[in-house]
Amino acid sequence: MRWLLVKDLQILKRSPLLVGLLVVYPIAIALMIGFALSSPPGKPKVALLNEVPAGHGELSFGNQKINVSKYASQLYQSIDPIKVNSRAEAIDKVKSGQAAAALIVPADIVSQINSLITQGVGNPTVELILNTKDPLERQFADQAISARVAQVQQAVSKQVLRVAVSDLQQTLNGGKLQILGQTVPLLGLRNSRAIVQGTIASLPKDSPLLPALRQVVNFATLAIDGLGFATPVLSSIGSPLTVHTTDLAGKTTPTRTYAAAIAVIVSLMFVGVLLAAALLALERSEHTYSRLVRGLVGPSGLLSEKITISAASAAAVTLVMAALVSLFVHLDWGRFPLWVAALALGGLAFAALGVAIGGLAREVSVASLMAFLVSLPIAFVALVPGDAVSGTLKSILDVISFVFPFKAALQAVGNAFSGTAPGIGWPLVHLAVLTLAFGALARVALKRFA
Amino acid sequence: MSIGIETGEPTATVAARGLTKRFGARTALDRISFELYPGEVAAIIGPNGAGKTTLLSILAGALEPSEGEVERASDRRFGWVPQEPALYSKLSVAENLRLFARLERVADPDRAVSAMLAQTDLEDRADEEVGRLSGGNQQRVNIAIGLLSEPPALLLDEPSASLDPRQRERLWEFIAGRAGHGTTIVFSTHNVAEAERYAGRVLVLGDGELLFTGTPAELERVVAEPDAGADSVAAPAGDFETAFVRFLRARGH
Repeated sequence: MRWLLVKDLQILKRSPLLVGLLVVYPIAIALMIGFALSSPPGKPKVALLNEVPAGHGELSFGNQKINVSKYASQLYQSIDPIKVNSRAEAIDKVKSGQAAAALIVPADIVSQINSLITQGVGNPTVELILNTKDPLERQFADQAISARVAQVQQAVSKQVLRVAVSDLQQTLNGGKLQILGQTVPLLGLRNSRAIVQGTIASLPKDSPLLPALRQVVNFATLAIDGLGFATPVLSSIGSPLTVHTTDLAGKTTPTRTYAAAIAVIVSLMFVGVLLAAALLALERSEHTYSRLVRGLVGPSGLLSEKITISAASAAAVTLVMAALVSLFVHLDWGRFPLWVAALALGGLAFAALGVAIGGLAREVSVASLMAFLVSLPIAFVALVPGDAVSGTLKSILDVISFVFPFKAALQAVGNAFSGTAPGIGWPLVHLAVLTLAFGALARVALKRFA
Repeated sequence: MSIGIETGEPTATVAARGLTKRFGARTALDRISFELYPGEVAAIIGPNGAGKTTLLSILAGALEPSEGEVERASDRRFGWVPQEPALYSKLSVAENLRLFARLERVADPDRAVSAMLAQTDLEDRADEEVGRLSGGNQQRVNIAIGLLSEPPALLLDEPSASLDPRQRERLWEFIAGRAGHGTTIVFSTHNVAEAERYAGRVLVLGDGELLFTGTPAELERVVAEPDAGADSVAAPAGDFETAFVRFLRARGH
């Protein structure tokens, strides 16, 4: 087998285009993934028309003012604004593709909000105009703006509530008001009740004023109790619900590490499957298969050689790729031996699948095409979230994922990179079993190979 | 001209005993038996689909028979020259020879490679990629690989098919030389004249059956016999091809 390995390495060495593709492709993917994961998220260009006149962005509420305009800066965190001066200009920007969307804030937005807050009337509305040419771009812009608008909305609501609660406290406990530059003391309900109670105590028991004053005290007590209860209720409205998450599966792979693992496994799959399929089919295309198996090398030995060289090449290339990715994404170098184990067994399973394809296809061009056509759906099926499809389809996808190496390899490499759930033991056993199964299938295919 | 030597050696280099090969319902070979001796040159001839390549593949060990067996005088593998050059086109001539010498477990691979390069007159092309060689030169490398381990028998499947007349002449000179050194030669061919000229013995196959085994002259005599079932007019003297065609026609092929 040693001399066949040397021979295949010589052939690969003399196929610079193929080797270049096999090496450069995964490394290019690694760099792209790395840059994508390490760069800040992109911001959609949005044409922004603010029709609110300068200096009119303040919301008057009781004796307080809220500057709504300052919350616009939060919106800019998610978008790249292009300021425009008219609605027509905003629409032009969207139509010409200079902006993915246009956001129009009407001149009366402050009075609309004021009306809603003070009278409970109205529905303050901003207008979003989207470019519908590209559905993905549309979704991106829509989600980015809608999510941030919701945050602005919540921030304004919180501020309004804070002012309302503050005013309520002053109504209850008293304080100071600023009116026309003058500081005016505010008595408050509790102080008013105390004064009235003091007055009642100082009056003769048969005073005709007592019944009326006692009614005032009773009302003040009821109002203090009611408003005292309202204060914590209003405070809680700003954040009515907190979600506390418990993950029964244990610590899961961080998203960035998972994305890196997917990129590595896709490369491992393409190099392993394509190389093994093509190298085996090459023996038939060169008419050397029948010469080899007449006692020089057995069919099983030939398959072992193809699986070994393809798996070793795939694992070596993807180890380099993982090392490059680790410059951008945290991968646990302390678990390096497990990286090697996961990539080696993953490579073996993919290479065994490759020789099965090569044995069935028999021609290099057909084998390469088949390897490509089989690999893509395997990766796709393994990456479909289980909850995204119906029960029956989920079962079918689970079976497909189980009988091909992508998912097991992804679990093994994901764990090797981060040490998170699920463990690495079962995926490695799974990959070893798949290697044997596809190797056996390839051995059967070789019966009609010559 | 026939090539071969009379050794008087009673031990056959190779003996086929009831070789049968079935591919599904089709019988490609049906109970083929014969013996070949050292230095003998035998041609397997017959129409397309007669089973010539199947028979050679079984003798070479590249295919297992469904029934019957191949007996060899020694444990050494036979040299095998498939119809299409079985070579790695990305490797050089010398690298191809060295690889197969190592796989054949030849004691001194480098020496065997040098010897084969000299014998096939490819020394000046040793470092050239096989894929860049002409069809004739590829066939020479193909044959050289079959001879690397100094085999007791050399099996060639249509060895002259891709060669020009000059290359053919050199091929048969080379084969005559090997036979002269005691190597048993078995080749298949569609060129009946070539079989008559270079083989001391012909094996005629038709639909997987061995219809005749003997010298070309014996085949012509069989055709000429009145009860041979062939055309009533005998083939002109020395016209082996006509005799062969009549022989097949008489047997329904």
